[in-house]
Amino acid sequence: MLSRIAESLFWIGRYIERADDTARILDIYLQQILEDASVEEEACRTLFDVMGRAMPSDGGRVGVREVLQQLAYDRQAPSSITGALSAARVNARSARDSVSSEMWEALNLTFLDLSEQRRRAERVGAHRFFQWVRERTSLANGVADSTMSRDESWLFLDLGRSIERVDMTARLITTRAAGATSGPAWTTLLRACGANEAYLRTYRGRVSDRTAAEFLLLDRLFPRSMFFALSRAEDRVGMLDRGGEGRVGTEDAARRLLGRARTGLEFRGVDEMLSDLPGYLESIQSACADATSAIGTRYFPHAVIQWVGKGA
Amino acid sequence: MPPSIEPTAAVNALETSATYGAGVADLFSDYPFGRAWDEMFSSSGVTRPAYDAVVAAVQSLDADELRARAEGLARSFLDRGVTFDVGGVESPFPTDLIPRIIEAAEWEVVARGVAQRVRALEAFLTDVYGDRRVVEDGVVPHRVLITSKYFERHAYGIEPPNGVRIHVAGIDLIRDEQGKFRVLEDNVRIPSGVSYVLENRRATMQALPELFSGVRARTVSDYPAKLLQALRKAAPRGVTDPTIVLLTPGSYNAAYFEHTLLARTMGVELVEGRDLVCSNNTVRMRTTSGERRVDVIYRRVDDAFLDPVHFIPNSVLGCPGLLTAARAGNVTIANAVGNGVADDKLLYTYVPDFVRYYLNEEPLIDNVDTFRLEEAEHLAEVIDRLDELVLKPVDGSGGKGIVIGPQAGRDELDELRVKILADPRGWIAQQVVHLSTVPTVIGDKIAPRHVDLRPFAVNDGDDVWVLPGGLTRVALPEGSLVVNSSQGGGSKDTLVLDAPRSYPAFAASADGADLDRPVEDVADTRMAAQVTMRSPDPGPMAMQDQQQQQQ
Repeated sequence: MLSRIAESLFWIGRYIERADDTARILDIYLQQILEDASVEEEACRTLFDVMGRAMPSDGGRVGVREVLQQLAYDRQAPSSITGALSAARVNARSARDSVSSEMWEALNLTFLDLSEQRRRAERVGAHRFFQWVRERTSLANGVADSTMSRDESWLFLDLGRSIERVDMTARLITTRAAGATSGPAWTTLLRACGANEAYLRTYRGRVSDRTAAEFLLLDRLFPRSMFFALSRAEDRVGMLDRGGEGRVGTEDAARRLLGRARTGLEFRGVDEMLSDLPGYLESIQSACADATSAIGTRYFPHAVIQWVGKGA
Repeated sequence: MPPSIEPTAAVNALETSATYGAGVADLFSDYPFGRAWDEMFSSSGVTRPAYDAVVAAVQSLDADELRARAEGLARSFLDRGVTFDVGGVESPFPTDLIPRIIEAAEWEVVARGVAQRVRALEAFLTDVYGDRRVVEDGVVPHRVLITSKYFERHAYGIEPPNGVRIHVAGIDLIRDEQGKFRVLEDNVRIPSGVSYVLENRRATMQALPELFSGVRARTVSDYPAKLLQALRKAAPRGVTDPTIVLLTPGSYNAAYFEHTLLARTMGVELVEGRDLVCSNNTVRMRTTSGERRVDVIYRRVDDAFLDPVHFIPNSVLGCPGLLTAARAGNVTIANAVGNGVADDKLLYTYVPDFVRYYLNEEPLIDNVDTFRLEEAEHLAEVIDRLDELVLKPVDGSGGKGIVIGPQAGRDELDELRVKILADPRGWIAQQVVHLSTVPTVIGDKIAPRHVDLRPFAVNDGDDVWVLPGGLTRVALPEGSLVVNSSQGGGSKDTLVLDAPRSYPAFAASADGADLDRPVEDVADTRMAAQVTMRSPDPGPMAMQDQQQQQQ
């Protein structure tokens, strides 16, 4: 398939997942603030840090309003929910011949509905907006899974989705690792991932921070655990790298990076992880970033030679 | 050549000379009649037979329903992203609920006339970029050819493998005050609009299903397959299974939706200039598994942007080296480079002569009477009567630069006069033609609006196929005669009626009268034979369980 299209699909996957996960993270934070208004300032500052966004520069108060403005409703920044959904739609539009029509319509309708949903959220609360975002992204994912052939195009989409999920789950857990007092409890994190029931069933009620961390980081079966998402990304890269199985290791840089990150998780116990959680999370995030650029170098090469005419 | 011209009345409003008679549903009340030919009503209260089904379908609705359906139609276009872009903003292409009907016999003439015209233009282009017999034999002056803005020296020596230069043509037709079809202009560069034909049909079938149970319309869904076939046949010699791509300027192009639709329905890659790379006189596209050879490029990029080596040097929409590869015979560019010369509106006036000269036939569809301003006596007459005529730049498209004399102000006409005297080659003048009208939903009323028709023809080298119907464009402002989508135009589904419905459908398709229907239809009919399937597995939850549990 065309490199340009592959790149678009990869990013559609990432943007959809990003909108979903950002909505989940913001949702639990705002819930937290609602319960205890005294943590507002600190919690919001942590959020900006975790999402990798610069604090509003005027040095003034940082509150829920700023968070919503910058992380939920900002139309330009690709790290806000609205920005990510718009970017997903722009990419789907430029790869319009490769995404299924139903997928395109799901993304297009979401985009067209954004301002209306924002207005509604301003009346009835941001929670409804986040809920809507989760529904729309689930729809887009579901439609993609049920209408796209499992060829390269789907692999790139799913790869983007998986890598973004690893990255965002790392951010989500960082909210716990970094925010000393204002951070959400582990059970809140589990709920944000829709993982609470699965967790309770798995551990039969033996609830503790340690088992919760274990579940979110290392569970082999839950699709939003970091290990699961990382393995999936690794698997997709492997499928794209068909015929890359040499006698010695692997040639593919992205595969090496993701594999190393995955083994780093898999073969390191939860206790060791918890001893320096922020450090490990950061290393996983940078592995994702490096893998992304390795994938770009290999599959989405941009024009190297350009014609420069006399008039140019 | 120019007709003796009667003074033309003002055209900025439809003069009301009659209204629809009493006793008919309110929606058509106060339906005015003007000078133009109305395609639905022959006179007050009298429906033309072709439109019986439309009138019946629309009369079953009241004003609220009409509005709801029209809104639903518009919304479905927006949701599906059926848009055209004006200055980077995506706007939905407004489609009217009420379709336009063309009878089988009328269509027969149009289709043959359009095909004839395409064959003549094809012969003309081959000649222009070949021996130029047409000049030698005095049919068209040499200077008219070489002063055409879109005459391309670079097109010399690029031999189309199967002789086709016009793979797709869009011939703009209008119906004059007598209901007679006339050609308004030819588009043989990169005619657009066919996607709206396909989308209009889909949307109208959903919005006005009552109609389709009453008429038998010829399908439009064959277009992508026909185009693909023509492109395959145009492949360079020796290539049996060509790789075809559609080259788009990108997602900010006005017709981007169309490009995606055609690429999807033909199953070919939609590429941008930056996806292509030329070397060793071949064209390849960058894919995730390396570079892959391209054999046929259906391009929707203008000549001027196609190849920076030969045309605009800083164009990023094309690919350097494309023309050289085409010249070497390693890739086919469709439509061919240099076709614009046939779109030149001054050369348009010569097309009927081309039909006679190349095909030895009489033109089946006439031109609109046109003045050639190069000829001194025509120029003098036109300058004298600017306020009665329509003036068009010869290289304009999309309705750009057109001045409608009776609607223009004094200053505008003075300015125009100066421009024309400075460059008579650059303009043509035509009579004001009152385009035919078709009832159109305006708010919760139905009112006449002017329409034109762009049938699409596909030339695969053996045969020129004309898509039944084509794009009907509507000038939405009251009285307006400009239908271009960039100037407030909308569109309508265009139904070409087939032979009357006969049952059983299966017998009809067997006698070969029905070759235009897509193959699946026939297969479907066969499938309809007695099939007995098991009912879906109800699962373990039987009724008794539920009842017992409720105890």
